[in-house]
Amino acid sequence: MKILVCITHVPDTTSKISFTEGDTKFDSTGVQYIIGPYDDYAIARAVELKESNGAAITVLNVGGVETEPTIRKALAIGADEAIRVNAAPADSLFVAQQIAHVAKDGSYDLILMGRESIDYNGGQVHAMVGEILGIPSISPVMKLEIEGSKAIMSREIEGGKEFLEAELPFVAGCQEPIAEWKIPNMRGIMTARTKPLNVVEPVSEDAAVTYGTYEMPAPKSGVKMASSVDELVDLLKNDAKVL
Amino acid sequence: MSIVVVIDSADGTIKKGSREAVSYATQMGGDVIALALGDAPENELASLGKNGASKVITVAGEFHSIQEAATAVAEVMNNVGADTLVLAQSAKASAIGGRVAVKQGASMASNVVALPDTANGFSVKTSIFSGKAFANVSLSKEKKILVVSKNVVDIKEDGGDAVVEAGSVNIPDADKNITVTGQEKASGDVLLTDADIVVSAGRGLKGPENWGMIEDLAKALGAATGCSKPVSDMDWRPHSEHVGQTGIKVAPTLYIAIGISGAIQHLAGVNSSKHIVVINTDEEALFFKAADYGIVGDAFEIIPQLTEAIKAL
Ligand SMILES: Cc1cc2nc3c(=O)[nH]c(=O)nc-3n(C[C@H](O)[C@H](O)[C@H](O)COP(=O)(O)OP(=O)(O)OC[C@H]3O[C@@H](n4cnc5c(N)ncnc54)[C@H](O)[C@@H]3O)c2cc1C
Ligand SMILES: Nc1ncnc2c1ncn2[C@@H]1O[C@H](COP(=O)(O)O)[C@@H](O)[C@H]1O
Repeated sequence: MKILVCITHVPDTTSKISFTEGDTKFDSTGVQYIIGPYDDYAIARAVELKESNGAAITVLNVGGVETEPTIRKALAIGADEAIRVNAAPADSLFVAQQIAHVAKDGSYDLILMGRESIDYNGGQVHAMVGEILGIPSISPVMKLEIEGSKAIMSREIEGGKEFLEAELPFVAGCQEPIAEWKIPNMRGIMTARTKPLNVVEPVSEDAAVTYGTYEMPAPKSGVKMASSVDELVDLLKNDAKVL
Repeated sequence: MSIVVVIDSADGTIKKGSREAVSYATQMGGDVIALALGDAPENELASLGKNGASKVITVAGEFHSIQEAATAVAEVMNNVGADTLVLAQSAKASAIGGRVAVKQGASMASNVVALPDTANGFSVKTSIFSGKAFANVSLSKEKKILVVSKNVVDIKEDGGDAVVEAGSVNIPDADKNITVTGQEKASGDVLLTDADIVVSAGRGLKGPENWGMIEDLAKALGAATGCSKPVSDMDWRPHSEHVGQTGIKVAPTLYIAIGISGAIQHLAGVNSSKHIVVINTDEEALFFKAADYGIVGDAFEIIPQLTEAIKAL
């Protein structure tokens, strides 16, 4: 089985978000980058499937050279090889076109992604890739087992979960509790250094959206502290007017 | 301009988010056509006219796969000559939108938090970095897809009923490519994603056996229950209740956080709430900085008192 795992390179979840150049550019000064948390579930599940069913795992990122340490981390977790499409991820459709192009060449049985990226939170790249390739896209997937050419899954729906089955190949957007995040061990880190990381040039596509200026939310006006339950109820009733 | 709005319903009732989406599209201007996939009662659908829809098109079917929903949406857009698609944020809205965007060569924006600015092209404000910032995004293609967040516009309620008609779309069998084998409803009477009030608790509660008082408070308020990530990781509560950056993002009128420290990843899932109440023994807890109201104290004393006080109102 061949699995393609698509990962994002995103600011650590504790990062302070700010912008520069007249609020037109994300300020990456001092920001620590990580594999997107949902993508981290995808890679963890791929490694588990490799252990249980046998699989070759390719990780893929669309991004500049600065994403390579993040890609190496995915190799250290257990992916076998990596591909970096050498382009800034201009928008979701552009990224999806690049992923679909790589996927067409590689004839993968399964394409795993995160349910969404944590920078732009689009939640749409998996669907776009599925549509371009003409295969199902299923998200958010909370459980994934492979039996022969069939996958047995559960996914989140509004108000609960649903159990389903689909034939390979398809694209899945992963979320917990599909797997536990894996921390690379020393051996993984050592072998990751010599695993292949192929850089390919993008296929030309124009972006469908462009990012203009960025803004920060208005700060909270300050917390009103209650010294008793009665005072709290009074605030909720007469100040917030929610009771 | 002609706008198609996809309608979600559950147990025969149209979701609040869908009524907001119709109201949003109406404020954009142009002809608003609501599209209901699957079954919903006709009088309920007709009432979308009050929110501004000129017509409701229904397409019967199960729509288990995103693919068949996307095919139906794209076909209806073509049939009515729509240039814009509006969806209310949901577990599958962005996925349906993504597939339609490819079919229609459309520009798409998710997490839209304001009406479009058309003074110079077409741009919308979207929430990014899990609510920690906003981006103004220009949509350059002729066709546009907007996935609108909750509570962006007030629901318009002054129109008359809309005509409801059955649409005809041709969904290839190849799109029906998943088999649903069962469903499991989340516990609790109120759906977390739709709730107007959320009562959420964290590791400060010490163990799953202490959730009875949380459920009692939620019941008294007609609220849904939520929790922090460690609580669901330890299986004290189901994963469907996990709120935050890597869990459910909620935007209720009132969010009550009990024994939750207020880690940035938790805040990312609740920062769109209108009012936040924090109950914590530690006056230094980070959550107080993001709160509107707070009380320092032991949840085990405060929660039963609060429940009684609310019942007495
Ligand atoms: C990549 C990543 C993603 C994450 N995503 C999420 C997410 O989506 N959602 C999420 O919640 N977390 C997430 N986390 C975890 C997050 O960083 C915190 O660890 C977590 O939110 C802490 O949970 P907590 O507040 O319940 O527990 P704690 O941090 O242990 O806080 C417990 C709180 O309870 C208070 N307390 C103790 N006893 C009482 C009492 N008797 N009465 C009242 N208060 C009391 C304490 O003062 C303390 O403030 C993520 C972490 C990472 C690394
Ligand atoms: N630049 C990228 N490179 C590789 N995969 C990506 C990229 N951007 C998004 N993805 C994948 O698509 C998923 C959904 O992203 P999004 O639609 O941006 O929320 C992510 O969780 C990743 O798995």
